[in-house]
Amino acid sequence: MAEQPTSAPLAPGPRTGPADAISVRDVTRDYRRPRTSLRHPSPPVHALRGVSFAVPAGQRFGIVGESGCGKSTLLRILAGLDRPTSGSVAIDGRDITGLRERQLRFVRERLQLVFQDPMSSLDPRMRVGDIVAEPLVAQGHGNRRERVAELLEAVGLRADAADRYPHQFSGGQRQRISIARALAPRPKIIVADEPVSALDVSVRAQVLNLIADLVDELNLTLVFVSHDLSVVRHVCDRVAVMHNGQIVETGATEQVYEDPRHSYTRRLISAVPTLGKALSGVSAADLNREYQP
Amino acid sequence: MTPAPDTAPASAAGSPDSPGSPDDVLTVRNLDVAVGGRKLVEDVDFTIRAGERVGLIGESGSGKSLTALSVMGLLPEELRATGSVRLAGVGHDLVGADEARMSRVRGKEIAMVFQEPMTALNPTMKVGRQIAEVLLIHRTRPDRASARAAAVELLAQVGLPDPAVAADAYPHQFSGGQRQRVVLAIALANDPALLVCDEPTTALDVTVQARVLDLIVRGVQDRRSAMLFITHDLAVVATACERVMVMYGGRVVESGPVREVFTRPRHRYTQGLIGASDLTVVDDRGRLVTIGGSVPPAGEFPAGCVFRNRCAQATEVCATRPEWVATGPDSGYACFHPVSGSGTPGTGTPTNQEAGRG
Repeated sequence: MAEQPTSAPLAPGPRTGPADAISVRDVTRDYRRPRTSLRHPSPPVHALRGVSFAVPAGQRFGIVGESGCGKSTLLRILAGLDRPTSGSVAIDGRDITGLRERQLRFVRERLQLVFQDPMSSLDPRMRVGDIVAEPLVAQGHGNRRERVAELLEAVGLRADAADRYPHQFSGGQRQRISIARALAPRPKIIVADEPVSALDVSVRAQVLNLIADLVDELNLTLVFVSHDLSVVRHVCDRVAVMHNGQIVETGATEQVYEDPRHSYTRRLISAVPTLGKALSGVSAADLNREYQP
Repeated sequence: MTPAPDTAPASAAGSPDSPGSPDDVLTVRNLDVAVGGRKLVEDVDFTIRAGERVGLIGESGSGKSLTALSVMGLLPEELRATGSVRLAGVGHDLVGADEARMSRVRGKEIAMVFQEPMTALNPTMKVGRQIAEVLLIHRTRPDRASARAAAVELLAQVGLPDPAVAADAYPHQFSGGQRQRVVLAIALANDPALLVCDEPTTALDVTVQARVLDLIVRGVQDRRSAMLFITHDLAVVATACERVMVMYGGRVVESGPVREVFTRPRHRYTQGLIGASDLTVVDDRGRLVTIGGSVPPAGEFPAGCVFRNRCAQATEVCATRPEWVATGPDSGYACFHPVSGSGTPGTGTPTNQEAGRG
């Protein structure tokens, strides 16, 4: 358990430029728990503590971290669903931190979300066609039926899926439906929050391939959040590792995976079980051991 | 893990599969689970010996959880199990045993750890008392004081800091990983002959998963308990188990030692599963290997070979049910067009750079 001197949390001032699809500068977010004492307010929870990064247009950017690291808070802020306590977030060069709900419309058009559990993010009483068309309705697009058919085809579903309900589909197909919905308003940025964590192994590969195909074809910028570094390694060009509300390491995915600098990143990588490791004799006890170089 | 019979008692390759071998802990024969006329689990047959850790892998609808629930006598009312499930030291068949008999077995000879620890614990009861309860009910400790002491000792064994304080806390005061450790402490309390784990680490973070897996393996090793470990995660099974059974469509389609099955799969489904779960092997467009189609809903798999509607090798003969081809005492497959046994398939090998890590 050699406590390594960890590299500096982040090189100060990430390069940001007009070509950045997303730029996040020194964002903090504090929450207050409900009061438990009459005399003192509860101490604040620092969900994000000075997070900065930039995602150039067209990049596939991974965010890795475990529960409680702040990645969900960060996503909510990126999507304009929550506001930072301090710092700023720009989407396509436009600062969204000070905007009111009505002014956030361009964010909803540019940036769309795909969630982990397609069952809880799809309304069970709506037909698939209406689910996929909903962002179009909200944004007043015309000619919706045609667009829905086009979208369903793009995600590998038959056009007649539009007339059925979410429960009539398997987990992988439901995730395809949520991807179709996200693509409906022709966004330039897709933010996917653990999109394959709830899927069966044989379906996970299909959905990952679908995401990769769509990102390529439509020139999308992808922000891919996962607790699983090996999925991120496959999907993303760059990765940021989050821990306790901070980005502890960021870099090219391959480099972070092959040569992790921060002790937490090393711990994360060494804890992931893989077939290759297991077959070369790595036991459960080894996974649990602190990383030893 | 080369088969070297009778050298190490706890090794995977124990005595040959003779019925009634003294080391057999769990013997499942011709297990079927059906609802109405639909068979959800069909003809499942396996034995687990003392100290052996056996994985059961499969995707949703494969019947792996129903198999586990049948072993524990916890099937939902509308499902019916037939066949035989025998546990060493228990005088009756577990299939069809009434609740009074099963409750004497459960928590003592068989214990279990499920995916969601919060539902397995009583939210209104301190965890120390929940552990003590299982010791008192099965009369493995004579009184409250000694049961309480044993509970604190068990909490220490599963690595909870300050176990005496932890014993007086309620489940909601723990994190997910800590709760799962409490569940494990309850499961191990009576030194069960068989520990059944159903996706015990699926809901946990990676580092927490590593911790809990380590504790589970150590817990069963220390007690020389048999383990049946159910998961959809091939890497977890390969890490925690010595032997693996692959289920699909309610049947065991392949089984054998972990190394053999994962490096030289015979069944086409196993081969596909290994390919699809390997995120380091991609084609020239950078895309992952996939299995076409999707897993049918439970009970709606094709007749004959259950995998044939997704299998590139399927021919007419696959419309009849493939026989089990035994390749060893605990290994075999059911496939008309198996992957050739000599060659190494491109997908199943530990190809990658990460092999040396950890």
